[in-house]
Amino acid sequence: MDNAVDRSSLAAAVKEPALLKTNIVGFNTIVIREFSRIIRIWGQTIVPPAITATLYFIIFGSLIGGRIGDMGGYTYIQYIAPGLIMMSVITNSYGNVVSSFFGAKFGKHIEELLVSPLPSWLIVAGYVVGGMVRGIIVGGVVTAITLIFTHMKIHSITVVLSAVLLSSIVFALAGMINAIFAKNFDQISFIPTFVLTPLTYLGGVFYTIKLLPGWAQGISHGNPILYMVNAFRYGFLGVSDVNVGLAYTIMIGAAVVLYIACVWLLHRGVGTRE
Amino acid sequence: MQALTFEQLTKTYKNGVQALKGIDLAVEEGDFFALLGPNGAGKTTAIGIVTSLVNKTSGKVRVFGHDIDTELAVAKSCIGLVPQEINFNQFETVTTILLNQAGFYGIPRQLAAQRLEKYLTALQLWEKRNAVSRTLSGGMKRRLMIARALMHEPRLLILDEPTAGVDIEVRRTMWTFMRDINAAGTTIILTTHYLEEAENLCRHVAIIDKGRIIENDRMSRVLRKLQTEVFVFNLRNPISAPPVLPGYAVSMPDDHSLEIEVSKDQSLNDIFSRLSASGMEVLSMRNKTNRLEELFMRLVNQKEAAHG
Repeated sequence: MDNAVDRSSLAAAVKEPALLKTNIVGFNTIVIREFSRIIRIWGQTIVPPAITATLYFIIFGSLIGGRIGDMGGYTYIQYIAPGLIMMSVITNSYGNVVSSFFGAKFGKHIEELLVSPLPSWLIVAGYVVGGMVRGIIVGGVVTAITLIFTHMKIHSITVVLSAVLLSSIVFALAGMINAIFAKNFDQISFIPTFVLTPLTYLGGVFYTIKLLPGWAQGISHGNPILYMVNAFRYGFLGVSDVNVGLAYTIMIGAAVVLYIACVWLLHRGVGTRE
Repeated sequence: MQALTFEQLTKTYKNGVQALKGIDLAVEEGDFFALLGPNGAGKTTAIGIVTSLVNKTSGKVRVFGHDIDTELAVAKSCIGLVPQEINFNQFETVTTILLNQAGFYGIPRQLAAQRLEKYLTALQLWEKRNAVSRTLSGGMKRRLMIARALMHEPRLLILDEPTAGVDIEVRRTMWTFMRDINAAGTTIILTTHYLEEAENLCRHVAIIDKGRIIENDRMSRVLRKLQTEVFVFNLRNPISAPPVLPGYAVSMPDDHSLEIEVSKDQSLNDIFSRLSASGMEVLSMRNKTNRLEELFMRLVNQKEAAHG
């Protein structure tokens, strides 16, 4: 009888899948699902930011930019190009996670993940990579559009790539926190409209903050997007309104804090479990 | 081995509602177990806790011996859930939904594809494998959720109202399928409002009401607790008044049928003899209500009366 019990236990143990393998396959599945979603609804995910960027380059770059003159030692269109690329990366990383995760909550298919053996840290990582993928795809499209209007030099490819990756991580995580707390669709459009867009526009995308009065420069230094835009701009043009080291410290710090917060919220079931 | 155990499981929601008031339950491996109760009794809360969709307030839950507090991932990997509400992505195809589900449980794509064909075929959905899920009928959506729950071939399958809103033909197909899955070794816990379904399929039953378990036994033993049953006799010829059968409560719903209440110590042979003697020919006979339904209502009503 004891032997029978032992055999049964052994069989049970063999049937339990190796959790590491489960995590790897599960992570890939989340990322592939997010990528498929981005491609499936390309008319919503890729085309609008491309059109918006084109309009920015036509209006601010070509039409108005010519009258503004140089900024930071570069033509206006060259100066704003990194900011416009970064703006598209930020808004799309954020938008992908907030819409995908809240959509899953609203449609209840988030339960597929919640009942699975995948840990919270991995589910967050999967969604964040999904957000990064969209941010980088759209960033790539906007970069391609930029090259139609002007030529871009690269001061440091390492800074360009690291700044874009860190920024997309930070805003994908921010989008996830928004989605976790959101109870309806109004609440997922509130933050992008009333917080993200103003911070982006006031984050030095279209101007150097050196043009601002002292008090406004002080306030601008409290805007995290200023550091991301300037770090990215430094990667392209070699000029920045902020200390690039400080920008990295802020981006890495924000990514770590937001990731821990996301995992904790998901693990506790805030907004997802009763 | 026990597939699932609850020890003094409680759940109090933020609004103060006590959904579970310290329930103890054990489901043996390989069992086909019915968890019954009226709406709001605590069934879905209990299932939610097992599948980690609901945070428990206190108590212990073990799945094949794995404590969900300390071995959650292993416990979850043993469970397949068919929830009450449709909860797949309605914009994805049937195939995508199933392959994603397999992926969430670490099933490699090649093996997942084999299982997808196996379960979609068994549940008569193979032809719909490329259909976007929102285009499926209600019955197909239910079957898709069963197929999804089986993609990682769980040892414990929890079916929360799996046949709700499904027509009788599909329901019977699903019963056959569930029996086969159980016969192959999968432990099944079923909640349903169709008590005929529970009586036909399940070997054990627990009845939960207002957060407490009020009955928990083998189905056959539970049914034996039914003291009286009401039978409907369909007659060949019309009658103008119900016959007088001393010892039996008789009513006449229409001129071709009789309803007779029969207690455990009475015999149907006796009733047939008396009806024959009265010149009445019985064409057919059936229970007025499902036996489990009868017992269920009595238990729940007794409990309500006891609580004043």
